[in-house]
Amino acid sequence: MTPAADMEQESWFHKNQQRIAPWLFLAPGLLFFMVYVIIPVFQSFNLSLYEWDGLGAAEYVGFRNYEDLYWEWVDRDAFYTSLKNNLIWLILYLAAIPAGLFIALFLNQTVWGIRLYKSLFFFPFVISQVVVGLVFTWFYDPTFGLLNEFLGLFGLGPLNVLGDERFVTYGIIFAGLWPQTAYCMILYLTGLNAVDPEQIEAGRLDGAKGLRMLWHIILPQLRPATFIAFVVTIIGALRSFDLISIMTQGGPFGSSRVLAYYMFEVALSEYGFRMGYGAAIAVILFLIMLCFIAYFLWSMYREEKGH
Amino acid sequence: MFPKPIEKQSRTAQISYQAMLPLALLLWLGPLLAVALFSVKPAADFTNANYWGMPSSFEGAFNYGQVFFNSDMPRYLLNSFLITIPTVIGAVALSCMTGFALGIYKFRSNIWIFFMFVAGNFVPFQILMVPVRDLTLQLGLYNTKTGLVLFHIAFQTGFCTLFMRNFIRALPFELIEAARVEGISEWRIFWYVVLPLMKPAIAALSVLIFTFIWNDYFWAVVLTQGAESQPVTAGITSFNAQFRAAYQLMSAGSIVAALPPVAMFFLMQKHFIAGLTLGAVK
Repeated sequence: MTPAADMEQESWFHKNQQRIAPWLFLAPGLLFFMVYVIIPVFQSFNLSLYEWDGLGAAEYVGFRNYEDLYWEWVDRDAFYTSLKNNLIWLILYLAAIPAGLFIALFLNQTVWGIRLYKSLFFFPFVISQVVVGLVFTWFYDPTFGLLNEFLGLFGLGPLNVLGDERFVTYGIIFAGLWPQTAYCMILYLTGLNAVDPEQIEAGRLDGAKGLRMLWHIILPQLRPATFIAFVVTIIGALRSFDLISIMTQGGPFGSSRVLAYYMFEVALSEYGFRMGYGAAIAVILFLIMLCFIAYFLWSMYREEKGH
Repeated sequence: MFPKPIEKQSRTAQISYQAMLPLALLLWLGPLLAVALFSVKPAADFTNANYWGMPSSFEGAFNYGQVFFNSDMPRYLLNSFLITIPTVIGAVALSCMTGFALGIYKFRSNIWIFFMFVAGNFVPFQILMVPVRDLTLQLGLYNTKTGLVLFHIAFQTGFCTLFMRNFIRALPFELIEAARVEGISEWRIFWYVVLPLMKPAIAALSVLIFTFIWNDYFWAVVLTQGAESQPVTAGITSFNAQFRAAYQLMSAGSIVAALPPVAMFFLMQKHFIAGLTLGAVK
C-alpha cells in the first residue's frame, strides 16, 4: 500500500472513528446474543402456533395450542397445577428477602472469626442446585432423613414430604430458599456496610432503637440492595427447574410441576416431543416474566435519567 | 453500625452471641453436614440402619476412591472444566467490548441496545429451549461441548454486558478524553487505557460466570446426552443411577461435584462478593 493511500484511508477512518468504533466493538457480542437469545424468543412465539414433533414437517394450527392450555386450565389439569405452583413459588420465594436481611443483621458484627462465619453462611449459594436438590431429597427422606429424625424427637412423623401432594411444592421451595436466602444475606451485608453511621447516631440521639431504627433509618438506605434482592428472587422463582427435576421430576402425580418444568416435560421427554405445545407454555411463562422485566427496566430507566 | 456492636453490650449478651454463632451455623449447614457424614460411612452402616450414629469405620478414602476411579465422575468433571473455562473466556472477552461500546460512546440506540442485553438476560430458559436446541442440531453441535459453550457465551454476554457497562461508566471519563486529544485511536484507548482499569471487573465476572456455568443443569440436559460431553451436574444423575441406594457413594459424588465452585469462591472471595453485590450500594 502506498503511503498516500494509507494516509487517505486512515483519515477517513479517523474522521468517522467515533461513530464506527462502537459498532465494531458491539458486533461480536451483539451477533451472538441475537442468534442465541433474541431471535429464539421470536421463533418460540412463532412455533407456538404450530404442531411439531421436532423432526417432521410442522403443521400450522393457529391458536389451538393455547386453546388446549385453556381447557387444561378449566379442567384443573397439568397446566393449572403448574401455574398455581408458579404462583406459590413467586410468593413464598420472596421470604428469602426478609430471611436474608435477618441473617445479615445477625452477622453484622465485628467479633473474632466473623468473616469465616459470613463465608460459611453464604456457602449454599455457591453449590449447584442439583446438589442442593440431592441434599434436601435426603434431608426429607422418610426412613433416614434428618427432618424425620428431628420430628421423631417430638414423637411426630414420619412425614414423607416429597411423596405427599399436599407438601411437596412447599418442601422444594424450602430447599430453594436455602441458597436464595444466602444470596439476599450477602446483598444486605454489603448494604449494611455502607449505611451512613452519622444517620444512625442521629437516630440514636432521637431515641430510635431496634425495629423503629431498622424501619425508618436503615431500610431506606438499603433500598438498592432490596431492589436487587427482589429482582434475583423473582427471576429465581420463575426459573425453578433444577430442584424440581432432581427432587421429584414433577411428581407425585405431577403435583409439583411448574411451568418451566412442565414445558420441558411436554417438549423433551418420554411423554413425546410436542415442541409447539411446549413453546406455547414457554410463551405464557415468558409473558409472566415480561411483566417483571418491564418493571425492572423501567426502574433502571428512571435511574439512568436521574444521573 | 447497625445493629449495635456487640462489644458495646452487656457481658451476657456477648457470651450468648458467641455461643449462638456456631449453633446457628450448625443448623444452617445441617443438611450439608449430614451429606458429608454420609460420604465417609461404610456401606454396612446403611444396611444396619446406622444412619446418624458414628461411622462404624471410616471409609472416606474408599468412598472417594470409588468416585474417582470406578465411575465416570472424572470424565464429567473434565467436561465441566472444558465447558466452563472457554465460556468464561468468551463471555468476558465479548462483554469487555460491548461494555466498552455502551459505556463510553454516546449514540442514539445506546440505551436500547443496553436494555436489550439486560432484558435478554432475564428471559426464562424455556422460551429459548426449542429454537436453541434446533439450531445446535443444525450446526451439528448437539451433544458436543462446543454447542453448549457457544450458547453459554451468548447468554452470559447479557449479564456480563450489564456488569461491564456499569463498571466502565464509573471510570473517570477524563482519561478517555485526554487520550482522544492525544490522537490515540479508539482501539488503542480500549486496549491500553480502559482494559487495564477493568481488571477487578474481569476478575469478579470470571469467578461469577465460572460458578454459574459450572452449576448449570438445564442446558446440559437440553443440549448434551452422554458421558462424552455431559458436565458433572447432568452426569451426577447417571452416577446416582449407577450407585442406586449406595448413599455413601452418592454423597461423596455430590460433594466432589460441588467442590470446584466452592474452592473458587473461597480463593476469590473478595472478587466474588464484589461481583454479586454490584449495585447493592449506591
